[in-house]
Amino acid sequence: MDVHLDQLTMQFNDTTAVDSITTTIKDGELVSLLGPSGCGKSTTLMLLSGLYKPTAGDIYFGDEKVTTMDAEKRGIGMVFQNYALYPHLSVLKNIMFPLKMQKVPKKEAIQQVMEMAKLVQIDHLLDRKPAQLSGGQQQRVAIARALVKKPKLLLLDEPLSNLDARLRLEMREEIRRIQQEVGITAVFVTHDQEEALSISDRVMLMNNGVLQQENAPQQMYRKPENIFAASFLGNPPINFLTLHKTENNTYVIQGSSQTLELPSMKWQTHEAFQMGLRPEDLYTVPEEEGLFSGEIIHMETIGRDTLIRLQLGDVTVRALVDPKSRLRVGDRCSLAIEPQEVHYFDPKTGERLRGGNDNDAQANLEKHA
Amino acid sequence: MRSALSKSTIYILLAIGAVFMLLPFVWMLSTSLKAPNEVMAMPPVWIPSELNWDNFTEALAVAPFDRYFVNSLIVTVISTIGELVTTILAAYAFSRINFFGKNIIFAVLLGTMMVPGEVLLIPNFVTLSNLGWIDTYQALIVPWTASVFAIFLLRQFFLGVPKELSFAAKVDGCSEFRFLWYVMVPLAKPALITVALLKIINSWNAFLWPLIVTNSQELRTLPVGLSAFTTEAGIKYELLMAASTMVVVPMLILFFIMQKYIIAGVARSGLKG
Repeated sequence: MDVHLDQLTMQFNDTTAVDSITTTIKDGELVSLLGPSGCGKSTTLMLLSGLYKPTAGDIYFGDEKVTTMDAEKRGIGMVFQNYALYPHLSVLKNIMFPLKMQKVPKKEAIQQVMEMAKLVQIDHLLDRKPAQLSGGQQQRVAIARALVKKPKLLLLDEPLSNLDARLRLEMREEIRRIQQEVGITAVFVTHDQEEALSISDRVMLMNNGVLQQENAPQQMYRKPENIFAASFLGNPPINFLTLHKTENNTYVIQGSSQTLELPSMKWQTHEAFQMGLRPEDLYTVPEEEGLFSGEIIHMETIGRDTLIRLQLGDVTVRALVDPKSRLRVGDRCSLAIEPQEVHYFDPKTGERLRGGNDNDAQANLEKHA
Repeated sequence: MRSALSKSTIYILLAIGAVFMLLPFVWMLSTSLKAPNEVMAMPPVWIPSELNWDNFTEALAVAPFDRYFVNSLIVTVISTIGELVTTILAAYAFSRINFFGKNIIFAVLLGTMMVPGEVLLIPNFVTLSNLGWIDTYQALIVPWTASVFAIFLLRQFFLGVPKELSFAAKVDGCSEFRFLWYVMVPLAKPALITVALLKIINSWNAFLWPLIVTNSQELRTLPVGLSAFTTEAGIKYELLMAASTMVVVPMLILFFIMQKYIIAGVARSGLKG
């Protein structure tokens, strides 16, 4: 079942939590709603569930308009951050609860519960009460309860946020496995970019209630549509340098006296733009070949990566470098980047101008030039 | 050393309190077994020279206590069930549903808790007599089927239940009412038991109200029935105490079995029941 959102808007008093979102979630797809807290991703999920009703716009499940339909009639399954299991019921009865509400005959219901419990691997815990389970187990029960009535759509509201780091990784893979095994359409809300990028077929990035970009995960990372998308994704975060035009193809980096030359391009009518440089795309080079240079003010090695912070004027730039390099704090260092790895943004609108592995860069150029 | 000292102080104080609380019970029991001449004896007789079990059979013969017992049972059971129903519904509304004037109505309700019960006796009586209910079971039951204290207690409990639980229940196909019945009520069981117990005790012991609104003997409850021992010739204390013992025993048993809930309930609300 495809889920279609049409100009979906939600206002609370004066604030617009969700601002005119239009998109389609395809059948069997796992879509992540990603964004910082307060960006409207959870509200969007609540609108999909029917627990909130939108102030404007429509929601379609397949061809059916469900905008004003109540949650209990939508045929959805939902998993919450704090699991929301019924504390007074055993695991078996928790999973069976939606079936009981549908008045499914008990024998049949128990059989369906057993099937679901096997799928999420908790069939040995059916007699326990939720309080006697670990966080991971509770979340498995919650998933089983959400899926047992064979919903058309599965909604997950930050389901991993209450779990510890290792369990989170494990449950992340589990959710993906279960989702694909059942073949259900799923929407997954998270503020964790790694989670979103690893689990989903498609990521919808939101900020201030507005859908910023929707793409396959890798594509969103490689080709951010605007400054927000570029800065939200990536760890360590992307570097931004603001460039001002001086003459022809020479630009000065704002906050420092360094200038750099860019190859001539059609769209360089802009007086100023922002250049986004991913730390992992930068590499050290001899002084004269560098795009810019600065003093290393900080160095740290985490696992296999060595991160340096470079000071050029008032600006700092982060770069991931070869751990075997003999750089030390206080050294001068020059960095370079392959031209196609640079992302260019309009500093006024925040929109992408070009860069990265741009196939349709030209089209973008015409639009913005 | 210091903690042992303060602990023993606490126990001594508690023991003194317990003695004062238990003394009337002991006196009641001992009087109920005394011969008439020992009742008023000076110095007081604590242990009857002879255990007069006949007092109990004699007391039962003085008035139709079987009838009073049935009346007490009917009034207690129905008003308790009634109070539970109104409490559950009202507490749910005040904790989960948004409606116009909710906070004001709740504040007014809480305000009524400040009014002493005695002040309400006459207005309530007038209302009931206008309804033509004086000397009926309704008069004994209906005014006691709601309690602000109970609503407040349960509302606090309901407020502590996470919102996600109601979301989950809705998604699972529960209407508002089914969520209340299948999730909230089972969850609130400890609080509800507390409410019910306090109600049962109050209702069983109620004296003034049944005395005022009933005239006929068929409608008397046990506490009122005890007045049968007050005659023109004086009070037959040994029989009165025997009957009182029988009246109190069911409540004592209930208290001993359920004291955990009663104490928890009073502690939870920080208010006396």
